[in-house]
Amino acid sequence: MKELSLNILDIAQNSITAEADLVEITLDETDTTLKLSIKDNGYGMSPEFLASVHDPFSTTRTTRKVGLGIPLLKLAAEQTGGGITLSSVQRSVDPENCGTEITAFFHKDHLDFTPLGDIVSTVCTLLQGFPDVDYVFTHTISRAAGEDGAAESTVISLDTRDMRVILGDDVPLSDPMVLLWVRDTLEEQYAAAGAHTAQ
Amino acid sequence: MKSLEELAKIRERMQNKVVLREGQANIRVAVGMATCGIAAGARPVLNTLVEEVAKRNLNDKVTVTQTGCIGMCRFEPIVEVFEGDKERVTYIKVTPEKAKEIVEKHLVGGNPIAEYTIGAAEN
Repeated sequence: MKELSLNILDIAQNSITAEADLVEITLDETDTTLKLSIKDNGYGMSPEFLASVHDPFSTTRTTRKVGLGIPLLKLAAEQTGGGITLSSVQRSVDPENCGTEITAFFHKDHLDFTPLGDIVSTVCTLLQGFPDVDYVFTHTISRAAGEDGAAESTVISLDTRDMRVILGDDVPLSDPMVLLWVRDTLEEQYAAAGAHTAQ
Repeated sequence: MKSLEELAKIRERMQNKVVLREGQANIRVAVGMATCGIAAGARPVLNTLVEEVAKRNLNDKVTVTQTGCIGMCRFEPIVEVFEGDKERVTYIKVTPEKAKEIVEKHLVGGNPIAEYTIGAAEN
């Protein structure tokens, strides 16, 4: 994968396959590190599957016996000196609190860090393909205090539950005008964050 | 800055349009968006198709959907076009540029582009 945002798109689809109706994508970024979390309320994984999920030869797909989604994210994290963690609660065990969370940690200053890339397109692609699911996207960019200013942090966020209150049942999240609004609102927030953090 | 109020305006406009939307979409365009498709560059292809369909006001006629792996990963990004009773057309190794052409010549013009299909690759 050329961009981490593509790994995120790929992993988030696992949540949708697991019948989640809420997917939370959280990015916590500092000058030198990036922490990614994808959390869903889907049906979870059995302890056996959870233990084997790092293995490419463990997959839910039916067209063949190789699945590369999680192994590719793991590789992207580990090649920067970071790593991934996975936790999951099965629906059959606890229907109220079921779901899966995958976190990945990256050292941004490592030579093999894959850039985040076009994360706005990833969010738009999820809404386009799976408009019945809700998404909470939060990207916090923190900057340490330096010679040129105090420490500050900016948050870029989107919560489709707020959007749905206004859109009602008439307009799906996949409507082209809605997608355009999402793209614009996120790009505006990133532009403002860029101005603040002077990257 | 964009505000949530703008979404209310979109909803209003949509409600006025609903009456006109009787005609069912009869063309379905499916983009392979599994790990293999995404890694091969399917995301910009999908976004180009969605944008072009919206730009040309084809939303009443064409739906763009995402699909999983269809088992031919070496040909990704793959775009399949389903139209009524016609045989499905499978485009392979699609780029955003080819996607634009597919919208123009196939979805609007009604002429599939043979050279981009899997049939052409196998000959």
